Amino acid sequence: MNQFAISATNLVKEFKANKSVVTAVNGLSLQVAPGETYGLIGPDGAGKTTTMRVTLGLLSRTSGESSVLGFDSMNDMYEIRKRVGYIAQQFSLPPTLTVMENMLFFAGIHSVSSEQQKKRIPELLEFAGLSDFTGRLAGKLSGGMKKKLALACSLIHEPQVVMLDEPTLGVDPVSRREFWNLLGNLRAEKGLTIFVCTPYMDEAERCTRVGLIYDGKLIVDDSPANIKRLIPGHLLEFTPSDFDAARKLCTALEGVLEVQTYGEKLHVFVDDVATRKTQIEAALTSRGITQDRLREIEVRMEEAFITLIRQHQESVELKGALPQKSEILGDVR
Amino acid sequence: MSAESLTTQNQESPISVQNLTKRFGTFTAVDDVSFSVPAGEVFGWLGPNGAGKTTTIRMLLGLIKPTSGHAFVSGFNSATQTKSVHAQVGYMSQQFTLYNDLTATQNIRFYGGVHGLSSDELRQRVSEIIQMAGLEGRENTLTGSLSGGWKQRLALGCAIVHHPKVVFLDEPTAGVDPISRRQFWELIYQMAKEGVTVLVTTHYMDEAELCQRVGFISAGRLVALDSVSQLKRTQMRGQVLEINVSDPEKAVRILKAAQQNHQVPLDEVALYGAQIHAVVLGDQEYKNAIQQILVEGNIQVNSIAWIAPTLEDVFISSVKAPVEMN
Repeated sequence: MNQFAISATNLVKEFKANKSVVTAVNGLSLQVAPGETYGLIGPDGAGKTTTMRVTLGLLSRTSGESSVLGFDSMNDMYEIRKRVGYIAQQFSLPPTLTVMENMLFFAGIHSVSSEQQKKRIPELLEFAGLSDFTGRLAGKLSGGMKKKLALACSLIHEPQVVMLDEPTLGVDPVSRREFWNLLGNLRAEKGLTIFVCTPYMDEAERCTRVGLIYDGKLIVDDSPANIKRLIPGHLLEFTPSDFDAARKLCTALEGVLEVQTYGEKLHVFVDDVATRKTQIEAALTSRGITQDRLREIEVRMEEAFITLIRQHQESVELKGALPQKSEILGDVR
Repeated sequence: MSAESLTTQNQESPISVQNLTKRFGTFTAVDDVSFSVPAGEVFGWLGPNGAGKTTTIRMLLGLIKPTSGHAFVSGFNSATQTKSVHAQVGYMSQQFTLYNDLTATQNIRFYGGVHGLSSDELRQRVSEIIQMAGLEGRENTLTGSLSGGWKQRLALGCAIVHHPKVVFLDEPTAGVDPISRRQFWELIYQMAKEGVTVLVTTHYMDEAELCQRVGFISAGRLVALDSVSQLKRTQMRGQVLEINVSDPEKAVRILKAAQQNHQVPLDEVALYGAQIHAVVLGDQEYKNAIQQILVEGNIQVNSIAWIAPTLEDVFISSVKAPVEMN
């Protein structure tokens, strides 16, 4: 037993396809304390879903250790199931059952007693804002409401931990905000541990801690604030009149740590704002490039993510190993 | 600039919509919407599910006819000159509609063939698009085994194989990682610099920030249309307060109680990681009142400050209760 809600140590998961072996999770370690909202973020194919499924005991692991609430993922998966709510990425609620019938169905699966059902179901419907829709077929709900119903169903057996695999994929901003506010309420009112996979950086900001997964390994594991502090230098943003020329020019300037593109704008990381801002302005002017609104902006999780992945790739290349998934990233410069 | 572009309903614009309305039975999907997009602009068309985004695009593409009003693409009436419109537009949806069992090159050739390109043109476009999408060395890879970012760029290439002047991108980046998304947006702006007009829909507001102008549609009605920076100034009801406290979970409970008792005019209180974001309707002075409430609840307030709203904050605010236009 350990004190962690979720724990993985040197976790490895290999899939054998024909004669080749694909390592989806490659020596991943993480610990989630009770009450945390932990976000596992990373590109497609980095190993997010596999990590979640192995931890839940839905897939066997190749090596390493993993547990939920102190229960081993492989040996005690039924104990885990009693205590964990899970929403899979491509979940489907029976579409021909109504909202209420879905709740009863999931209550039955989890052997929730009828007294408990009478108490829990109205509470959960109220929580999810579905009290007025109990008679509606699940198949006729909007995308956002389906997600909320799935969350309510996953909570029917009063789990201590919920694991959500990209729960807001394809959901509009209003419903997405509502969904995350529900998760916040679960944390504030019930102290639930929430483990969520997402490719969206603005959602990572809503977690208490974030693990950045890449090629099956965690390359960073910290609070959003600390992750942003890991990024060296300061961030300048501007819109140049000649994008390609300005990008080449800035990349070569002294004191410029990194250049990222942002639509028609450039993001330039510099060691010192005051001196480099003047320097960039002068350099652009000397080449006849005009610019709009050169100013310092705050680093968000998205910029941090891009910088950290690049740093990781460069360190892998320095070691002489070929990055397995370099094709995902291509030449970002 | 915005007021002018709203009133100048120039049907010669690459995209122009005038009093466009579409009813399905008693349901009004698009309700008297007017806007136009000048050449070379990257225009974000945003709204919740079911707000009328796709219906608008389908009328612009001439796939469905408006109940009233008009849609024009490059001066052609979408309802009556559909063939001319189709020759002018490229369309890419989130499903990418590529053939997975064809190679990258074969997909480009297929779409080029559909658009009636000659074999010389095809040869030239294949090499241009392979280069644009960064697919050199992967020309003969089966599309099904390309990763998300590559497929996305290939799909864009196929959508513009016939050099359209106007491109519609309907949620083109769903499920693609941030680095690939940045590359994709570079391509969008490359096209725009060449004079192509781009209308893009997305659910991701961090991405919408990349558009030069955005229109918000809600329940069929255009509720806001302007540059991102201008919308942040004009469309936000209330202001966003970022609060760092010793016990955020408890602090949220206290603030929600204060919201329900109408102690302070709070539109929204939510946990953001270790912080709290509160949308306050009203004056700056409420900052002190909120701090006081927290202190009385034995919460240690480490910092409390007004922050700039994100486009998502503005969007939700506009959709909930639109600030009247004009």
